[in-house]
Amino acid sequence: MPSSRIQDSSSMLSGAIVPIRRHEPGTQPDYLYPAYRATRLRAPSQPLIFLPHTLSEVTGPVFGHSGIHPHDQDLTVQHAGEPLGERIIVRGRVLDGDGHAVSNSLIEIWQANAAGRYSHRKDDHPAPLDPNFSGTGRTLTDNDGFYSFVTIKPGAYPWRNHDNAWRPAHIHFSLFGPAFVTRLITQMYFPGDPLFAYDPILQSIPDERARQRLVSRFDMETTKPEWALGYRFDIVLRGRESTPFEK
Amino acid sequence: MDLTPTPSQTVGPYLHLGLTDARSISRIAKDGAKGERLWLTFRVLDGDGVLVPDALIELWQADSEGNYAPQESSADSTAFIGFGRLATADDGSCTFETIRPGCVPGPGETVQAPHINVSILGRGLLKRLSTRVYFAGEPANAADPVLTLVPENRRATLLAQPDPARTSNWIFHVHLRGEGETVFFDV
Repeated sequence: MPSSRIQDSSSMLSGAIVPIRRHEPGTQPDYLYPAYRATRLRAPSQPLIFLPHTLSEVTGPVFGHSGIHPHDQDLTVQHAGEPLGERIIVRGRVLDGDGHAVSNSLIEIWQANAAGRYSHRKDDHPAPLDPNFSGTGRTLTDNDGFYSFVTIKPGAYPWRNHDNAWRPAHIHFSLFGPAFVTRLITQMYFPGDPLFAYDPILQSIPDERARQRLVSRFDMETTKPEWALGYRFDIVLRGRESTPFEK
Repeated sequence: MDLTPTPSQTVGPYLHLGLTDARSISRIAKDGAKGERLWLTFRVLDGDGVLVPDALIELWQADSEGNYAPQESSADSTAFIGFGRLATADDGSCTFETIRPGCVPGPGETVQAPHINVSILGRGLLKRLSTRVYFAGEPANAADPVLTLVPENRRATLLAQPDPARTSNWIFHVHLRGEGETVFFDV
């Protein structure tokens, strides 16, 4: 197992914990973002209590390595027929904040179909379900931190946050990383979507550069001739405090 | 390449598709795991006191001897996984089967009381909420280096209480906002 994934065992034995680095201000959303209405009743009102990292924060599960099938990373082959929509390849690399590849680590994704409808009992958007599309995928990063999925470009869809509210097309991503506090759940967007400016979920991230990191880029290298367009989406998880300059 | 960590976004209302329909874990300790077996029910409420039917709870805990599952071996097949995840049901609750964790080393010479690390995600949560479950009546709580960071009048929000109706069952309420708001940590 690559050393970047595990807490150095000698430092654990001595009781010295190598903390996970804290986020720079503005690079993550706050809990309360009133334009995203659901935060008003779910965001805490009291300040968080700063917790110096202990063994409980710097360790974490290795989860999901068993039971992954080849079709889990190709969302277009999970049913008898092919799903409708624009076939795409999403590929990227997962690094930690020190530039180390996050290898052999679970990525889970879920998304709407090409018509903007989730295969979920609570989604009542009047757009068609696709019997050939579940919208769920998972894979492990390789030794160099790379992953790829084949899927269908999801559609935009309406939601009831405000008048005439639409979510830009997106794919949900879930990653673990080496510690319980490196856990990340996020959303990948597609370049040039006109809905970005109207979407309070994306706009909740204060820093414009940080927001742009959630927008995948069209990638000719990933694009396969006569078959599918490719998008590149790299992800960075939190690194550790002790090794900020290591490459 | 910019190595600023990627921003978080809400898990949204359809998290079950990707995370729990096929891959929930309610049994953190399977048969054969050593320790005092217990069932821990979470009940999640919003700022109006309304039960939250679409939250995701993830847990990470030490075994009965206070060891976190070594990363090399915490495969999905071992008796003690240390990790669990469940979505809340329509009644805002979910229940894990586990064992009471042991004491874990804290900073310096301190010892952390038995606790379970908790992540809460959901629609309306733009990023993870982090809290801890401690056990009411546990003598080690008094010297726990994390509990003592918490103002005394809010510590009770971190204590699971035994369910008077069912032996070995514990209940932990998560009040996301407002009255009795649970203590959340900046991790």
